[in-house]
Amino acid sequence: MGLILLFNAFNGLIQGAFYALMALGLALILGLNNTINFAQGAFMALAAYFAFTLVPYTGFWGALIAAPLLAGVIGFAVETVLVRRLYSRKDPIYTLLLTFGLALIIQDMIRTIWGAQGKPLAIPGFLNHPLSNTYFFLTGYRLFVVAVALIGTGALFAVLRFTRIGIRIRAGNADLETISALGVNIYLLRTANFIIGIVFAGVAGILAAGQLGLNPTMGDALIMPAFVAIVVGGVGSLVGSLLGGLIIGLASGITTAFFPAASEVVIYVIMGIMLVVRPRGLLGQEGLFE
Amino acid sequence: MTMEIASARTAVAKPPAPGLISRRVLGNVALGLVLLAVPFWLPLVGGYTDLASRVLIYALAAMGLNLLLGFTGGLSFGHAAYFGLGAYGVGLMLKYETHSILLALLVGTLVGGIAATLLGPIAVRRRGIYFAMITIAIGQMFYFLAVRWNSLTGGEDGLTGFSRHPIKLPGLTVPMGSVGFFYLVLVCFGACALLLWTVLNSPLGHTFVGIRENYKRLIFLGVRTKRYLAISFAISGFVVALAGGLNALLDNFTSPNTLNYTLSGDFLIIAVLGGMRNFWGPLAGAVIFILVRDYVSSITDNWMTVIGLIFVLSVLFFPLGILGFFNRKSAS
Repeated sequence: MGLILLFNAFNGLIQGAFYALMALGLALILGLNNTINFAQGAFMALAAYFAFTLVPYTGFWGALIAAPLLAGVIGFAVETVLVRRLYSRKDPIYTLLLTFGLALIIQDMIRTIWGAQGKPLAIPGFLNHPLSNTYFFLTGYRLFVVAVALIGTGALFAVLRFTRIGIRIRAGNADLETISALGVNIYLLRTANFIIGIVFAGVAGILAAGQLGLNPTMGDALIMPAFVAIVVGGVGSLVGSLLGGLIIGLASGITTAFFPAASEVVIYVIMGIMLVVRPRGLLGQEGLFE
Repeated sequence: MTMEIASARTAVAKPPAPGLISRRVLGNVALGLVLLAVPFWLPLVGGYTDLASRVLIYALAAMGLNLLLGFTGGLSFGHAAYFGLGAYGVGLMLKYETHSILLALLVGTLVGGIAATLLGPIAVRRRGIYFAMITIAIGQMFYFLAVRWNSLTGGEDGLTGFSRHPIKLPGLTVPMGSVGFFYLVLVCFGACALLLWTVLNSPLGHTFVGIRENYKRLIFLGVRTKRYLAISFAISGFVVALAGGLNALLDNFTSPNTLNYTLSGDFLIIAVLGGMRNFWGPLAGAVIFILVRDYVSSITDNWMTVIGLIFVLSVLFFPLGILGFFNRKSAS
């Protein structure tokens, strides 16, 4: 029993790393663009389908890099043409509904172009190989997911910490008006930030597709845990979103060991408890976005 | 307590309309007559009665949501949960317990409404974007419950095996064909509209509007804003649950999709499209939304794109909704 528990906890952590990757992209956009990007799941699916088309030409590794960037290009268009117009509206309902509508459109486009049937995404053979059969059943792919999540997160934090644009993004999160007055083009900054968020979604989408396969609605199931991760971790804190993702992944994994049917519901229960005990989340700032 | 409510009232109350019968009363009477006569004129213009029932049900749900959204300023993206709970409540009652659809509707409304009453206080701990995310997440919890709890809910396939039975009143049996059912929906719609109207024109409703307009100020005035938000949440939950129950009766079926956040999105866009600051806005929104969806899905497979475009365009160009747009036109 102990071993099974350990195994499920480990699996949960891997899942959590994945949730964290998703949540980071969402939290970035939420922070600087003040937008809950409902289309994040659709962008995930879009990048995964781009990868599906690219793999025959570029191989898996090329697709892993090129497809999220392509999704980023679409994200750029969406931000400059649509989302940007709504920054001046205070009520968050408008960006919510806009990105919700966008998600429907992107999903429908995917269905029209690639078909409604599920498809597999080819991943390199050595990643599919089980690493261990004795106690854990573990494929290399799951470790690979963790590695990408770690690299992606590390890169993001390095960018935010050490580069000029990263410093501006952080400053913008703190006080957009002031950095605008100091001469930073905040429209450009927000566009760049939006693209980074979409690229993150794209990477997560390809990773998910390698495991679960492709279908037009694949993003729907994945975006909700990311929301919960942000609420648990606290809005306004990227580290919080990361922690939130890991916690709900872990909880979901452990629950699978005892009561598999509840593995999805448990993350919402955790969120409920967090809201009662500590409404602002683990590392959230009081009163942000309220 | 009385003082701040009095001030809230002066902030929103409109001057009394001149004349004995105001234009507003005339308009409402006309609307009522048009709705009453739907089964007679709708087939003439190529519609069918069930479509009108669907419009009214969605309008009812969106009006319930709009009490919270448009008049109290609480952006809930999870009201489909209470809609779905109402639907499952009605379905399960009819399948296992009773043949009286009125009793089933009562139970369904109570199930959804009580859930909203219990969960509202948790959700209102935060506001704005946060509130929206929390309500979505709570809603999705019910969605996954319905999907996983196969033995009770039928899982992803949905709940079947119940149907509308005629309503037996003492000395009177009302058949529940399309037309009979439409009038049942209309009665529910009318009763809820009256309830919401009464609430909005009471001190309670003025407090709601005050919360929407200036949350902080109401706190300074000593109003327990969270409590009022929770009350608004609960009332809207009851109304939405009733709509959900009616929807289950209309289809003789309900599925986890009636709990999903995409349906919450539909209710929101209906309210926004029609005009969320207008009492009848959601009705106008529902007429447009349901008719367009019905028509477009019959001519193209890409109807989801059209629905998505409705979202995008109405957000960009009609932020005040159709009614808000015309009201402003006529005012200027």
